[in-house]
Amino acid sequence: MSLAISGLSYAYGAKQALIDAEFGAKSGRFTALLGPNGAGKSTLFGVLSGLLRAQDGQITVAGHDMTRAPRKALARMGIVFQQSTLDLDLTVHQNLMYFAALRGLAGRAARDRIDQALDRLEMRERAAEKVRALNGGHRRRTEIARALLHSPDILLLDEPTVGLDAASRQAITGHVHDLADAGLAVLWATHLTDEVRKEDDLVVLHQGRVLASGTVHALVGEQSLRSYFLYKTGGMPADAVPQVPG
Amino acid sequence: MSAALIALRAVVAREALRFVHQRERFLAALVRPLVWLLVFAAGFRAALGLSITPPYLTYITYEIYIVPGLLGMILLFNGMQSSLSLVYDREMGSMKVLLTAPLPRWWLLFSKLLGSTAISILQAYVFLAIAAAFGIKLPALGYVTVLPALLLAGVMLGALGLALSSFIKQLENFAGVMNFVIFPMFFLSSALYPLWKMAESSRLLHDICAANPFTHAVELIRFAAYAEFNGGALGWTLVAAVVFGTLALWGYDPARGMKRAR
Repeated sequence: MSLAISGLSYAYGAKQALIDAEFGAKSGRFTALLGPNGAGKSTLFGVLSGLLRAQDGQITVAGHDMTRAPRKALARMGIVFQQSTLDLDLTVHQNLMYFAALRGLAGRAARDRIDQALDRLEMRERAAEKVRALNGGHRRRTEIARALLHSPDILLLDEPTVGLDAASRQAITGHVHDLADAGLAVLWATHLTDEVRKEDDLVVLHQGRVLASGTVHALVGEQSLRSYFLYKTGGMPADAVPQVPG
Repeated sequence: MSAALIALRAVVAREALRFVHQRERFLAALVRPLVWLLVFAAGFRAALGLSITPPYLTYITYEIYIVPGLLGMILLFNGMQSSLSLVYDREMGSMKVLLTAPLPRWWLLFSKLLGSTAISILQAYVFLAIAAAFGIKLPALGYVTVLPALLLAGVMLGALGLALSSFIKQLENFAGVMNFVIFPMFFLSSALYPLWKMAESSRLLHDICAANPFTHAVELIRFAAYAEFNGGALGWTLVAAVVFGTLALWGYDPARGMKRAR
């Protein structure tokens, strides 16, 4: 298990955002963390990335305990935050060099890895462009390439397709599925069921609690993921929604 | 080179790049002290008589007196400006990139601090060069000995900015910092008038000025600019730097939840 979370709780004052959460993400698997807005996904990412410290519970990243060895754990993670964290005035390459340096990589070693990561995301030819000049989809790819620079064991993405058009959304979702197929552990938070494939792993988060986890196929069976998700999170299943004529 | 040093170099280089991209900011930061020096000080020259006080060996004009205070002003405004950029950064998210690097948090914050201080010092020297062009000069050795004083004062004021940035909830609150931190700090100090002058008008104001860490930063710079050492000012500035630095670290402690600040 690349990422293992158990008994994780987080509260903002009196408001519980995560309650006894427990799940994992395996190498070579695309794990979708599905939850409606306000389910606690971003809080979970805050805790996983060490920006927040959980009051309770345990997170292990590639065998490193997040509380006892946060830096070792962070070194094994690639993170793509929901909001863009690129420097708009710098080029793609400069942004990646900066990030590489924060991971202790410089010079030739950093440049080689940057080329590799950009190739993986088909972004090599844009390396010299300023981020400001890129469209949303390419900015996202840059961030994913950046998160892969230090060859992490696990890639965390917090609603990475927010604000992208349908084509970019599909392309990015495809790219990240490929990364999982190539052996990376992926944790992909979303509220959009069409980004999840039948063979993926699924964790359903609702009001701070993990409601279900397992492969999509095993959990959902023959119904659509959308109906399952609506049913689980207290909305009506899709096939029970009355059809509006016309 | 170790990972920590590579990161330090990158953070400083990024500050420098940002600075290259924001030349207007650089100019604006220079105009402010120059207006004080060339307009305000010229007007005040007649009104304010200055006797011989250390580190000055002779009677000096007001323009000469005010130079170290204006160097302090550059450091103070820049320290606050970089705290503004931190609040902005945090909203924009690039602070997240910095803070999720697998290095000790204090080192990451210190790197950031050093980067912004380096830019301030560069501005301070450009200011000194322009002042010299107008005939307002320091002794030659002073240009060298003032450097460590500028560095320490810059780090101290930057740490204050860093600490404030961890407590400021939103960008809009920055106007409050302007009114309640920068202005009082600057005017209640020895930057514009010597403390003994202040004592003549109000004992209380004098005491407030004497406790203001900015006063000590300015005095440290003033003595260093004349190749003299002021142990008291150094001590105060060091203590203030440690206190503000500790506050900043506490402010950015994940257990406090920096996300809650949004």
